[in-house]
Amino acid sequence: MYATNYHRASSVEDAVQLVSGGDEAKFLSGGQTLLPTMKQRLAAPSDLVDLRHVAAMKGISVNGGTIRIGAATTHAEVANSAEIAAACPGLCHLAAHIGDPHVRHMGTIGGSIANNDPAADYPAGLLALNATIVTNTRSISADDFFTGMFDTALEEGELIVAVEITAPAKCGYAKFPNPASRYALTGVFVARQGDGSVRVAVTGAGSDGVFRQAEMEQALASDFSATALDGVSVDDSDLMADIHASSAYRANLVKVMAKRAVTAAG
Amino acid sequence: MVSVSMTVNGRTVSGQCEDRTLLVQFIRENLGLTGTHVGCDTSQCGACVVHVDGKAVKSCTMLAAQADGSEVLTIEGLASGGELHPVQAAFRANHGLQCGFCTPGMIMSAVDMINRHGGKLDEKTVRAELEGNICRCTGYHNIVKAILDAASTMGDGTRVAAQ
Ligand SMILES: Cc1cc2nc3c(=O)[nH]c(=O)nc-3n(C[C@H](O)[C@H](O)[C@H](O)COP(=O)(O)OP(=O)(O)OC[C@H]3O[C@@H](n4cnc5c(N)ncnc54)[C@H](O)[C@@H]3O)c2cc1C
Ligand code: FES
Ligand code: FES
Repeated sequence: MYATNYHRASSVEDAVQLVSGGDEAKFLSGGQTLLPTMKQRLAAPSDLVDLRHVAAMKGISVNGGTIRIGAATTHAEVANSAEIAAACPGLCHLAAHIGDPHVRHMGTIGGSIANNDPAADYPAGLLALNATIVTNTRSISADDFFTGMFDTALEEGELIVAVEITAPAKCGYAKFPNPASRYALTGVFVARQGDGSVRVAVTGAGSDGVFRQAEMEQALASDFSATALDGVSVDDSDLMADIHASSAYRANLVKVMAKRAVTAAG
Repeated sequence: MVSVSMTVNGRTVSGQCEDRTLLVQFIRENLGLTGTHVGCDTSQCGACVVHVDGKAVKSCTMLAAQADGSEVLTIEGLASGGELHPVQAAFRANHGLQCGFCTPGMIMSAVDMINRHGGKLDEKTVRAELEGNICRCTGYHNIVKAILDAASTMGDGTRVAAQ
């Protein structure tokens, strides 16, 4: 790892201020992506601004139908939240299957979506749940936030403070984990709103990161059941192909995982 | 350089290190506690697992500066006097190790797992929870047996405090 300067932020304002001070400063949340990347010398931030002690970025609250999750909330805290389990159980299931227990004790929702790894779990959940990403300057809808593989709508130095979700009527997540890394070889999150509309988001499979599957959304809006997906064919032309799986294999997984997610949603 | 101060195995320690110093380096090199191992450089093997503020984390994927002000428990802090911790004793009784390289991380993960699940632990849960710990020798069966054995010895809700 190259040398860097560590700073501990005490508030949102302090964090934003500190990050604007360094010539190549970065926020450090759980460090479960950034530190391994720095150890490989694939990132060399001049300064690190630790977010783990910013009280306003931590914790979960459910108010009426709105769930607010602080950006520095860990995967383990989401997985074990009784409030989220009652309002949006699919999200607990998703968080409980990220990496391993040690990664879940440190890794955070803000860090995961800021990174927008094409095989990460949270981007699928937040896109299907039509989440709002709240930063220090504005609110961004998930549709606008995830702009491509490892790419987001965040500006230089912009800090994610929280994520807000309206509790869906039903939701479910199913992933086929890469057996070595546990990242999604393909993961599908399905959410049905009270008005019957459905959103389906796919991670791990798209060649440009997380995406919505329109045909499945239509099929499920008229009949929310796994069999409603039988007739949908998944086009593999924009899907990823690598040593782990071909695009045709991933196309098949998209359908299988979507059916499992619908079954899990109940 | 940063000054860090933390409680390690019940003892307050402080020292100077570079900002980029990993917690595992601080534990091994500054404190001389070499029971915590480094088995990979990709944050995947779990040989480096310690508890920070009561939770199992990979000490190779945390800066010493991040742990400033925290309570850290390493493998050296488990035994009480000459008496092995029940998880250590169960690993010995069940032949849960061969070369022993992964063992400190396995045991720290097992203690964390038992703290969280108590007597409710079953084999499926143990195997899922060992996702972040790699062993090249044992084939895992005896590790799983040792953890289940320790969980039943320690009983539901018994949190064995470190000394
Ligand atoms: C062994 C292992 C297995 C894993 N398995 C999975 C898996 O199965 N599924 C999965 O989805 N992920 C997995 N991960 C990644 C893990 O979920 C990370 O925790 C997550 O991707 C990044 O979150 P973090 O809090 O650790 O962020 P960090 O590593 O601290 O930061 C990541 C990036 O986001 C930026 N950032 C952080 N917080 C903010 C913020 N609030 N506002 C703006 N920018 C910010 C940082 O500057 C950095 O660029 C795994 C990681 C490891 C080491
Ligand atoms: S040394 Fe920490 S995970 Fe391998
Ligand atoms: S006993 Fe040798 S690596 Fe586990």
